[in-house]
Amino acid sequence: MFEIDSGFKDKELSRALLRGIEKEFKSPVRFMEVCGTHTMSIFRYGIRGLLPEGLFLVSGPGCPVCVTSQGDIDLIIELSKEPEIIISTFGDLLRVPGSRGSLMDERARGSQVNVVYSPSESLEICKKTPEKEVVFIAIGFETTVPTVAATILEARAKGIKNFSILCLHKTMPEALRTLLEDEELGVNGLLAPGHVSAIIGARPYRMLSREFNMPIVIAGFEPADILQGILLLLRQLNDGRADVQNGYKRAVPEEGNLRALSLIKEVFEPCESTWRGLGKIEGSGLRLKEEYGEFDAMKRFGLSPNPSREPKACLCGEIIKAKATPLECPLFKRACTPLSPVGPCMVSSEGTCSAFYKYGLL
Amino acid sequence: MCLAIPMKVLEVKGEEGDFLNPPLAVVEASGLKKEVRLDIVDRFPSEGDFLIVHAGFAIHTLSEAEAKESLKALEEMAKGV
Repeated sequence: MFEIDSGFKDKELSRALLRGIEKEFKSPVRFMEVCGTHTMSIFRYGIRGLLPEGLFLVSGPGCPVCVTSQGDIDLIIELSKEPEIIISTFGDLLRVPGSRGSLMDERARGSQVNVVYSPSESLEICKKTPEKEVVFIAIGFETTVPTVAATILEARAKGIKNFSILCLHKTMPEALRTLLEDEELGVNGLLAPGHVSAIIGARPYRMLSREFNMPIVIAGFEPADILQGILLLLRQLNDGRADVQNGYKRAVPEEGNLRALSLIKEVFEPCESTWRGLGKIEGSGLRLKEEYGEFDAMKRFGLSPNPSREPKACLCGEIIKAKATPLECPLFKRACTPLSPVGPCMVSSEGTCSAFYKYGLL
Repeated sequence: MCLAIPMKVLEVKGEEGDFLNPPLAVVEASGLKKEVRLDIVDRFPSEGDFLIVHAGFAIHTLSEAEAKESLKALEEMAKGV
């Protein structure tokens, strides 16, 4: 069968793009790959090791579990202790340590925690267990948000009463703005996330690029996509330009996915959100609109936000901002390993510490 | 969390805008066959199109021609270096 993306894995194509990178590379630069899936791809294909010396890739705040604040992690774990509640969650949250234990630990103690691949599976759990309350832990960026919006609209259409979400969604442009406002960031270009951009389009980056004089390239996840992204960033720098270029046209229309955007707008509205490492950022979160308040687990169970205290000595907050690498963390590979993680960046498959641990220390 | 590989549409079930019985596509990639939801996809697909899938939902439809075109553009760029 024709594999549509196999061409983007082609070695010759990647070699040619690497030659282009070598030719365009003039002086040391740091580019940030914003998206956790990019981080994974970059490590899996050994891309850091192929680049000229002095061309650095650093990971950004694009791993949803990693940027969730410790207070919110604690809130999730507290909620899972309620006997009438079934937690429905993506798998990578399971082992993220709260201040005392993880969801996995609570499950071992008898809490009901169901791992789902899609938010919509939560509604099947609702049907099977009408005597219980099912709470989906809504963590994720613009790519995940419309899948949750569609699930809420389905729950309303079907009159499902025992479903709610703990809404911890975050949006990317405002976090990027906060990062770029930091004069010590020291990043010369951004590889913008592929599938967040499939939803929001290229437009939200244009203002950031202009305002901060920052080259931005939207890239896909195959090796040639990433190399092309790096090459385009280098060319912009050499030309003295700071534009937004779309290197992932097969997935990202300029205006984004209008249907998904309208579903997000129907169900959610912007609010302040607390990010691990970055702190509170106005307008960087989403909450359920008043008319969908019945699906809000915070209201349904009378919850209030927890204060955030990040684990002592853990550098996840700095790693998310590209201020530190895992190698600078005193816990990395000592107190903090994939089997016994201290911070979320070691747990999630998209986390920088997890990638460093798994693929070595390039 | 993002699945990079577009999946080929083998069959489309249901109608656009039906929240009671959300439309689905049967898709396949690398021998893996599954059903994905079509509630949030930008363009409603037909058989033979490809879908980019996230958390059980298609988020973008592209035709084989569109994918080939973007590969060709990249190959042209690589030739030019």
